[in-house]
Amino acid sequence: MNFQIKPSKDSYDVIIVGSGAGGGMATKILSEAGLSVAVVEAGGDWDPAKEEDRTQLRFPWESPRRGASTQIRPFGDFDAAIGGWDMPDEPYTRKNGTQFDWFRSRMLGGRTNHWGRISLRFGPDDFKRKSIDGLGDDWPIGYDEIKPYYDKVDRLIGVFGSREGMRNEPDGNFLPPPKPRLHEMFLMKGAKKINVPIIPSRLSILTRPINKDRGVCFFCRQCNRGCQVYADFSSSTCLVKPAMKSGQVDLFTHCMVRKVTSDDSGLATGVSYVDKRDMKEYKLKGRIVVLGASACESARIMLNSKSKVHPDGMGNSSGMVGRYLHDSTGASRSGIIPELMHRKRYNEDGVGGMHIYTPWWLDNKKLDFARGYHIEFGGGMNMPSYGFGSNMDAVRKHILDEFGQPSPNGGYGEGLKRDIRAMYGSTVSMSGRGESVPQYDNYCEIDPTTVDKFGIPVLRFHYNWTDNEIKQAKHMQDTFEELLINSGAKLLGTKPGVETQYGLLAPGRIIHEVGTTRMGSNPATSVVNSNCQAHDCKNLFVADAGPFVSQADKNPTWTILALSWRTSDFIIKELNSKNL
Amino acid sequence: MNRRENLKLLFAGSLGTGLVLTACSPEEKLADLSPKIGGTPGGRVPEEVERDNSLLSGRFLTDLEMEQVKILVDIVIPKDDVSPGASEAKVPDYIEFMLKDQPGNQTAFRGGLMWLNLEAYERFSKSFIEISPSQRMELIEEIAWPDKAKTEMGTGVRFFNLLRNMTVSGFYTSEIGFKDIGYAGNIPNVWEGVPQDVMDQYGLSLDEKYQSVYLKSEDRGTIPDWDDQGNLIA
Repeated sequence: MNFQIKPSKDSYDVIIVGSGAGGGMATKILSEAGLSVAVVEAGGDWDPAKEEDRTQLRFPWESPRRGASTQIRPFGDFDAAIGGWDMPDEPYTRKNGTQFDWFRSRMLGGRTNHWGRISLRFGPDDFKRKSIDGLGDDWPIGYDEIKPYYDKVDRLIGVFGSREGMRNEPDGNFLPPPKPRLHEMFLMKGAKKINVPIIPSRLSILTRPINKDRGVCFFCRQCNRGCQVYADFSSSTCLVKPAMKSGQVDLFTHCMVRKVTSDDSGLATGVSYVDKRDMKEYKLKGRIVVLGASACESARIMLNSKSKVHPDGMGNSSGMVGRYLHDSTGASRSGIIPELMHRKRYNEDGVGGMHIYTPWWLDNKKLDFARGYHIEFGGGMNMPSYGFGSNMDAVRKHILDEFGQPSPNGGYGEGLKRDIRAMYGSTVSMSGRGESVPQYDNYCEIDPTTVDKFGIPVLRFHYNWTDNEIKQAKHMQDTFEELLINSGAKLLGTKPGVETQYGLLAPGRIIHEVGTTRMGSNPATSVVNSNCQAHDCKNLFVADAGPFVSQADKNPTWTILALSWRTSDFIIKELNSKNL
Repeated sequence: MNRRENLKLLFAGSLGTGLVLTACSPEEKLADLSPKIGGTPGGRVPEEVERDNSLLSGRFLTDLEMEQVKILVDIVIPKDDVSPGASEAKVPDYIEFMLKDQPGNQTAFRGGLMWLNLEAYERFSKSFIEISPSQRMELIEEIAWPDKAKTEMGTGVRFFNLLRNMTVSGFYTSEIGFKDIGYAGNIPNVWEGVPQDVMDQYGLSLDEKYQSVYLKSEDRGTIPDWDDQGNLIA
């Protein structure tokens, strides 16, 4: 059987690989400019507005596993994203006993279907870290170059927040933020005592409507399931689907790109892909190829695109493709606030995520590590889901009876039921998300002996954290304890120590992979120029987080969107002036 | 108005206010709570449908084991004056499914049931199902309290922790459990902040600085505008 989606054209103006934040934005901007676009996506189509795709507003008992995670939905059975760290058909390997965990989402919109909608701009300092602390490299562009695009992204997609005037946490065109939840007010009060700032969070969720095509948030706290009224940002609902209305876009789903094809002069001529349904290879022709497949997947495609002109892969004449791979740091801690026990019940869902957060607030010159972190907060009267109440053997002792006597751990019966009710909504958690220092020796490369199910050579990772990240995690743990104690919480679990790198998660776990095709002015030390155009192939562009020189302590999505828009504008300009 | 019509209005962006959202009748809200049979719905890939169907049609626990599980879950979560017990909330079926979905627990769980039977034979020459309720509780008391249990009861304690976790989780993610815990969400609504009486109870108040910044629910129907500096002006 031949499944091939018939191309409507012999050749497209632009072929875009991947439909996540970067690919989606490029699809929208380039198709609106009148260019013919083919979007090649490795996963299937998906639309949360369709009843058959809906997981939003479902109750746990609608899932036989009550929303527990599965191999391809590691964030739970109702999470929108399909893929995860461990996909049976798409393996990857690791080198020298090091660890990097690679998260993929194989579906229209990619990982924007899963993420927490935290939409932070990089600040002026985030582009010039080497100038500040001598580590890593500066970006070839600064905040001023990207600011107009952040502004446009804010107004196109929508983000709520508060204007704070903090130099390195630039304000945007914000929608009004929601008021804090009760446990968040406890945390705000506690943080004030120790001079840790807590401000309204900045999430791309529509507290007010932004246009006639998208609805407004109805506060179910389930953005990760995909929103049936499109009140949160995902690339599929806000960029790709609207762009397809123009008729300028052909969408190829279930198509796994294996390489960029090129001519004798080394210019890109299109892509070769495997259709996952019939396991056949097909080719698409295009004048320009934009890779937005994710930092690591785009690097993989470039490294696999070998030719006479590009013997080490396209864009890789510097040997830098795959190098400087880095992820955000992450560590967390939780506590229980006795004062919150026996809470009054009311609907506390709110938006799909925290209503408050802590931006980085200290000066690294006075600390023993480089680069900062922000803190995310969890807690409250969440919808019970798989795992609810599953720790009474360890936490029941924190529950006090009417005489102030603690309950014994474990147990059963009516007393256990009473204590679970008492405890509901009284736990809080916090997670740090920090900036790491990019390293030449942290990289992905092609594994010379392993292919995936589609016959495509896979990535092999080599990654070690350095002292900077470990000391940063230690600082997080100290801060978490101080914050919890000052908010009236009792600490849960034990404080992670040096033996676990202070609870520092393995690289890849925060799903902020960046840096593999970094930008720079020098073609010998970077892969793309400041317009995300490959130094050694002028019609090849990268629109994901690969070009990031450094990943700030901010989530990367807003910067991917702004950069992709800027790159798309550059492509249009170069086409108009016949340079492409 | 039903939920889908409600969402259509929200989608149009014209009537997304609290008034519309609270106009649903209570009956219609309850109508959505009917338990569903089958695999997880919504955007499944074929491999997921196949796996769920296969797990649902297979069987791990025997009839006798299920009988024992039913007794045990009602010991962990019995009927009280707030809600029914765990077996009425179909927790045994949930445990059966989870043992197939997460097979790593199968041996520990089955072995734990058998360990309880062996203890019952040793002490009362009958299986756990056959002994009297008071004899059962004599056994359970020795394994239900991890901090107090004797070291030689370690196996039983570990099993009972697993059983407690699965039972509590299964119970409180059922419709019966939701009513018990008082969870009030998972429905279109408007977040207006912590209710005033709750803030008063804890002596908390909103930061003055943000009073004018926070969302006002009456603005949820209008498209905003900003000035050149990014200040929200409409």
